Amino acid sequence: MGDLFTAVTDFLNGLLASRGIPDAAIPWIFAVARAFLLGFSGLLLVVFLIWYERKLVARMQDRIGPNRVGPFGLFQTFADMLKLVLKEDLVPPRADRILFSLAPILAVMGVVGLWAVIPIAATAYGADLEVGALFLIAAGSLGTLGILMAGWSSGNKFALLGAFRVAAQLVSYAVPAMLAVLIPVMLSGTMRLTGIVEAQGGMWFAAAAPLAALVFLIASLAEVARAPFELLEAESEIVAGYHVEYSGIRFGMFFAAEFLHAFTIGALLTVLFLGGWRGPGAEQYPTLGAVYFAAKSFAAYSLLVWARATLPRVRIDQMLDFCWKVLVPAMIVLVAATAVVDRALADSPPDIRQWALLGLNVLVTAAAVALLGRRPRLHPLTPSPSPDIRRDHSSSNPPIPPSFSRHKPGEGRGAGGKDEGGGIR
Amino acid sequence: MVSDWAFIGIFFFLAVFFPLVPILAGVALGPHKPGRVKGEAYECGIETRGPARIQFRASYYLYALVFLIFDVEALFLFPWAVAYGRLPLYAAAEGAVFLLLLGAGLFYLWRKGSLAWR
Amino acid sequence: MTADQIVFLVFSAVGLGLAILSVTLRNLVRSAFALIGCLFAVAALYALLEASLFVAAQAAIYAGAIAALIVLVVMLTRREQGEQTAQSHRYAPAAALLSAAIVGGIVWGLSQYMFFGQTASALPPGDPVMELGSALVDELRFLLPFEAVSVLLLSALIGSVLVAGGAGKGKE
Repeated sequence: MGDLFTAVTDFLNGLLASRGIPDAAIPWIFAVARAFLLGFSGLLLVVFLIWYERKLVARMQDRIGPNRVGPFGLFQTFADMLKLVLKEDLVPPRADRILFSLAPILAVMGVVGLWAVIPIAATAYGADLEVGALFLIAAGSLGTLGILMAGWSSGNKFALLGAFRVAAQLVSYAVPAMLAVLIPVMLSGTMRLTGIVEAQGGMWFAAAAPLAALVFLIASLAEVARAPFELLEAESEIVAGYHVEYSGIRFGMFFAAEFLHAFTIGALLTVLFLGGWRGPGAEQYPTLGAVYFAAKSFAAYSLLVWARATLPRVRIDQMLDFCWKVLVPAMIVLVAATAVVDRALADSPPDIRQWALLGLNVLVTAAAVALLGRRPRLHPLTPSPSPDIRRDHSSSNPPIPPSFSRHKPGEGRGAGGKDEGGGIR
Repeated sequence: MVSDWAFIGIFFFLAVFFPLVPILAGVALGPHKPGRVKGEAYECGIETRGPARIQFRASYYLYALVFLIFDVEALFLFPWAVAYGRLPLYAAAEGAVFLLLLGAGLFYLWRKGSLAWR
Repeated sequence: MTADQIVFLVFSAVGLGLAILSVTLRNLVRSAFALIGCLFAVAALYALLEASLFVAAQAAIYAGAIAALIVLVVMLTRREQGEQTAQSHRYAPAAALLSAAIVGGIVWGLSQYMFFGQTASALPPGDPVMELGSALVDELRFLLPFEAVSVLLLSALIGSVLVAGGAGKGKE
């Protein structure tokens, strides 16, 4: 029972061999089975995730959430998916049919593909790729292409506009995400995700490099276009952006891909920074490792749901500003400094190394926050003269934001008072 | 055991079918009642006016280009990140120089105002 | 016919087919996406050679960034969705003949190369990524090109600003 995965593997191998299947074919059959299992359980997980998120968000908003369909509303997602499948398959006549159909497939592939390399336990993973960390980036770009394809092929100029803006957001936040992933690779000396998990035996990388973990979390949130970065698919505002022309199960696929991507981010955060399957007793009992992995991933996912339920949306210019002028410079400095510090102290005892790295992170964070505080666009807004007039994002005359180089903080606040109320508080 | 990339190939091949099967199910099971209004592009209920053309904004292009440059840089940095731990200090410093040069480029873009969303 | 050869033929055919589609399709956006498909097929060929870093580089950079940039630019400059471009011109037959001659010449030249027709040798032992990383910062090997790449990328950044006309212009 300790090593469930190897036990099942051996059992199935023995079963296949005893049925007379040639030895050469067995690993292939097994590979197909593993791939199918990984992918399919990902999709089944989405069903549970949607329910979990709806319940959690509901509780945070002081209501109950789905509770009619099945015990505690557990079957709600099944019912929703069934309803979506039975809807009319509407392809707009102006749409490019081939690309329109291909886009949701690309979106799902971009997310499910990530699970091929994530180590769930010491002996349970899809492929232990030598370049696992780079593969994560490559698979992420597949999602971006799917979005561009969806926006263009819908034949709707608002869908196209939404797609461009989301693509700009995804592409921008991919940079700090890549730089943040560099840190675990540096600290563990390998790009293999299994190797990164194994290197966290002494201390989780989140403890040695909290800034990198935080930046990875924020950048990945933006990569999925989830709150607080969900301006382009804000349900109450722009009405769905690039997938506005999608309905029925085609939309369902985008929806499922988004939720799975959110959980995958929790899983990646766990693998890269929170020690993956590591925990007391996990080396002897890999099954226990899987339990730890699931618990940590769900904790991280709950954090994402909490962010969604709590934080207001970020405006797109604030979002991109924050990325290019705060996150990327901070990560550049962090990676460069971590390399130098880590190597300079390589001969010191590991405790000193870790404290030094932690101190470096705190330093860079402090510098970034100080830089952040001086920028008028992100400065807390003073209340506007008529606080009872509600301003919303989709006002028809958006004020032109003050440009960075010409405003001192005092002036910025004056112009910021006329700003829409949707800034970061 | 099957080689890593072979597994990835199998995985992606199967991954095509995971969304494809529900979509085909939807096509097969849903009603088919095309109508004129249903087929129009969605603009919050208002009829479409004018050609569907998006004004070219340099911002879209610039962000994609800067991403491309940092992507190439990351490609060079990953092997360095794997190896620098086993090399003397100057190797780490060289990689840092690589990174800081690009940071300087980013700073130039910042000062030029190209990173602003206009 | 080993399994490797079959897979190679399949991906080569897919890649070539997509490349031909990319060149001949009238709808520019479709042809851009066909290009992306072709690049992924080439990445699969690299995977057959077990060149892990190249697969990731091809998929992440070539298909994921460069081709995405191309797609973005094509979409931004198209007037409407169904727009088609002219497919052939007066000199098409002569061009086809010339291209065939060039390709034939290249294939003949390659066949004279001494490694033609041999199977790929096994990878040297050791971790290739680690080797590459060490080589990149070794002053006797690739340090200068490594830092030169950084300067090249810097010049590309600056050049992009100049090409795009300084601060981003254009209104929504």
